[in-house]
Amino acid sequence: MRGPARGRWLVGALCIAAALAVPFVVRSDYLLNFLILVLLAAYLGQAWNVLGGYGGQSSFGHVVFFGTGAYASSILQTRFGVNPWLGLPAAAAAGALVGAAIGFLSFRFGLRGSYFALITLAFAEAFRIVANSVPFTGAGLGILIPLNQSAANFQFRDKPGFYYVALALVLGSLAIAWWLERARFGARLAAVRENEDAAAALGVDAFRCKLAAIALSGGMTAVGGTFYAQYFLYIDPSIAYGVGRSVEILLVAIVGGVGTVFGPLLGALALQAIGELTRAWLDAPPLSLVVYGALLMLIVGFLPNGLIGLTALGRRRRRADA
Amino acid sequence: MLEIAHLSKSFGGLAAVRDVSLTVPEGRIVALIGPNGAGKTTLFAMVAGFEKPDEGSVRAFGADITGLAPHRICAHGVVRTFQITQPFAGLTVRENIMVGAYHRVAARAAAARIADEVAQRLGLAERLDQPADRLTVAARKRLELARALATGPRLLLLDEVMAGLNPTEVAEIVAVVRTIAAEGVGIFLIEHVMQAVVSLSDLTYVLSDGALIAEGPTAAIAADPRVIEAYLGHGAAARLARGAALP
Repeated sequence: MRGPARGRWLVGALCIAAALAVPFVVRSDYLLNFLILVLLAAYLGQAWNVLGGYGGQSSFGHVVFFGTGAYASSILQTRFGVNPWLGLPAAAAAGALVGAAIGFLSFRFGLRGSYFALITLAFAEAFRIVANSVPFTGAGLGILIPLNQSAANFQFRDKPGFYYVALALVLGSLAIAWWLERARFGARLAAVRENEDAAAALGVDAFRCKLAAIALSGGMTAVGGTFYAQYFLYIDPSIAYGVGRSVEILLVAIVGGVGTVFGPLLGALALQAIGELTRAWLDAPPLSLVVYGALLMLIVGFLPNGLIGLTALGRRRRRADA
Repeated sequence: MLEIAHLSKSFGGLAAVRDVSLTVPEGRIVALIGPNGAGKTTLFAMVAGFEKPDEGSVRAFGADITGLAPHRICAHGVVRTFQITQPFAGLTVRENIMVGAYHRVAARAAAARIADEVAQRLGLAERLDQPADRLTVAARKRLELARALATGPRLLLLDEVMAGLNPTEVAEIVAVVRTIAAEGVGIFLIEHVMQAVVSLSDLTYVLSDGALIAEGPTAAIAADPRVIEAYLGHGAAARLARGAALP
């Protein structure tokens, strides 16, 4: 192994060790809750990044997968008594399936760019309205997951349990991004993002590539939905399928740096921190949102490569015009 | 071996390609020339699967590839380049070529090795780590060729890979194309640069207003009155023959 490569692995191992040690040092529930939300946002942002960053297909309705995952495991649990740990892969499958269906319908007809963004937004809204209307999902009342605290039941008694699960999700998503940058699938996906015709001429089945990317991204996002449901033990249509979360998910990736391994993690940390700090320092809620919005505009306006562009990690990658 | 039979394509009321039949024999360099708007690129687009023909058929190496999707046609060994270069702008030269190489091999190391070899061959070795959008026109043309070559094609469709290059650069590309052909890869090229056509191909087809008007050995084609008229206008051949100055 060459010197710089060994250095990178060493830094990576140290970061993971530090992340694992956090609950032994940090005793404040407030801070751990903050970190759990950062990790969840980073995970969801990375899931979006698979399709939006590496695949160049910007979804504006990623919450459709998040909500599907949350509902899948919660319904299985409350109606059929399925353990949420088993609900997790079921949610992933449901998310992948919904992703494949939406992808099939939109990519088949060549929807790109803003049209694709709009159709995903429309799907998310349609799912919200359906979830709000049918008894199967608990309609407007939502689903309250009965309290039964035990690790075997994916309901940890205290924060560190959730922290470690969220950390595992983030590490898994980083591994997927790392793999994408090295595998044939990732190379083809990037080629499709940059120029679909040229990719097709070189033997790349662009439709299948995009379909695989949206299924993978949807499955990953759905797992985040299950995590959310188990953490808060309550979901309703506007929590599970609200437009706001779609925007949060894509902002994390865009602010951090799309199409990069560490961008979403950085974006999640920055956005959650800005959100918390503006809320804490500026007592009036509308004012904190104004500051939050202004900071976002500055970041997006002056850092086209995202925050990662400021670091050594982002120097090589430049934002592709999707 | 590429066999095109009675291929036609109209866009609205405009017949872009009319009943064209031609053959590209195995391992040969064949040129397709014609004035601007003659339908050359449309013909290529149909062969490579980017346009569906209204009528006619395309066969490559014995298989019917008419109307297949581009990636399937690539799997039959037929790969096109684009007249207006289409680099994967955000990727490096190596990553660009690797996309082509991945058509042959699944492993990253093998694809990178192919990319390095192909780049070496096309004089892009020093630019492997540069982003594709910082390349000069000449280098972009080479990159088009490099990516197509990395797929391991049996027939290359080259759409004006020499356009916009200076004579030295043309000579370099001509040499490369010749070595590719020497390895048994068929070359079918659209070209305006006659320096290249004359020195490369021994069989030339001429397309004008969507229809084939002449075919034959390249040297003979250049003297064909129909070809001269297609380029220079009605009566030009006769005036040239009389030795009169062209208007």
